[in-house]
Amino acid sequence: MSIQMMLLQLGKGMLVSVEIFALTLLFSLPLGLFVSFGRMSKNGIVRGLTKAYISLMRGTPLMLQLLIIYFGPSLLFKIRTGTEYRFVAVIIAFSINYAAYFAEIYRSGIESMPIGQYEAAKVLGYSKAQTFVKIILPQVIKRILPSVTNEIITLVKDTSLAFAIAQAEMFTIAKQIAAAQTTIMPLMIAGVFYYVFNFIVALVMERVEKALSYYR
Amino acid sequence: MELLEMQHVKKEFNGLKVLKDISLSVSKGEVVSIIGPSGSGKSTLLRCATMLEKMDGGSLTYMGESACWEEGDKCVYASKAKLKEIHKCFGLVFQNFNLFPHYSVMKNITDALISVDKISKKEAEERALVLLAKLGLSDKKDAYPCQLSGGQQQRVSIARALAKQPQILFFDEPTSALDPELTAEVLKVIKELAKEHMTMIIVTHEMQFAKEVSDRIIFMEHGVIQAQGSPEELFDMKNERLKEFMGHLSGNL
Ligand SMILES: Nc1ncnc2c1ncn2[C@@H]1O[C@H](COP(=O)(O)OP(=O)(O)O)[C@@H](O)[C@H]1O
Ligand SMILES: [Mg+2]
Repeated sequence: MSIQMMLLQLGKGMLVSVEIFALTLLFSLPLGLFVSFGRMSKNGIVRGLTKAYISLMRGTPLMLQLLIIYFGPSLLFKIRTGTEYRFVAVIIAFSINYAAYFAEIYRSGIESMPIGQYEAAKVLGYSKAQTFVKIILPQVIKRILPSVTNEIITLVKDTSLAFAIAQAEMFTIAKQIAAAQTTIMPLMIAGVFYYVFNFIVALVMERVEKALSYYR
Repeated sequence: MELLEMQHVKKEFNGLKVLKDISLSVSKGEVVSIIGPSGSGKSTLLRCATMLEKMDGGSLTYMGESACWEEGDKCVYASKAKLKEIHKCFGLVFQNFNLFPHYSVMKNITDALISVDKISKKEAEERALVLLAKLGLSDKKDAYPCQLSGGQQQRVSIARALAKQPQILFFDEPTSALDPELTAEVLKVIKELAKEHMTMIIVTHEMQFAKEVSDRIIFMEHGVIQAQGSPEELFDMKNERLKEFMGHLSGNL
């Protein structure tokens, strides 16, 4: 296999890894917010269910969750899943798993807000929704940014878990080529890729933190 | 007509009776100070009046409009729409300001006008500029709360409350979080408002200030009004509890 060929294949894998990363964030960040609402709900049943969900997601391996979501439909319900389902399963598994982690981060941020902010908003006549969107959430985002950055960096590395169901992302492809060509080079390239990816993530998050540092 | 009328207000927290049958009415232009030892229920009274806390008994009326009344042995609050109207009657200045840290001074003052009262941005900003000039904060309109001293922050929070043009303004120990030198600048602002006959109810430990600014002083203890009257009346009273409290205060000075 020529170097170009190898790079081309790795490049395709990279793209898939980036897609998994981006789509997972796109779905899990808002989903996590709703899960955190459930976790803080006044309704005991809703609260209990969300608590169980979060505990399950955080207490079992993501790889196992991925396998269950990928094989579950066909093994449990005899539903025939097409080849496109592989990628869909990855996105579902990652999104619901990361939503649980983000939910706990949102919750800690929301609960850390001083009650005086709610009270000032109430006296000024803001509705509950306005208070949350305009007053509380922006401050919560600033507070939770460091924890969110940690999760995002973990997610970059976790995208490689998709190899468990043979999704052709960076790691899967690198491993295949390395085995077939008996060369370590693709694995080295994969390592550089993850490192650079995270470097960029850290850079971007630093920028965001700086942009929000105009107030305390 | 009375601007604010509170009748037989009762409030308890987990069985602890904090307000025991308090009645208070305030007419237009009146300045009322509330004094009393810590834990006597002063904040709770303001929080019931501003509906941050639900009362357990009694009634609350603003300008003849009932916000809350007793039915059976429970308090019933008016409809959401009615309460929204009533909320426009009053403003509250907190001990620790509670400015919105992510908003500039200008936005702290104008945002509620724009997004709650649906006033145009232009008009809201004009209103804010007038108030900022009046409170000596014109050069701070683009600053963020964290860049201001405590006294400046409290003046911004007064401006924020005033911008809604309330009929009545409540202050809960507006200078207690401030150093003595910053206290004066906030008290000066309140004195000026008193001169303009702004209706105000002020919880304070600043006796000299209360004497100067108030039409009436209320002395609260253990959830009841122990004594009230004009400053002259009150300071001449033979009330033992009041004397003890005053003695305690001057002992602290
Ligand atoms: N949210 C609350 N829950 C329980 N107890 C409270 C609450 N708010 C106030 N209290 C109690 O009510 C009493 C009166 O408090 P407060 O109105 O703050 O007094 P003051 O403002 O005169 O110092 C105190 O004993 C206080 O501990
Ligand atoms: Mg108090």
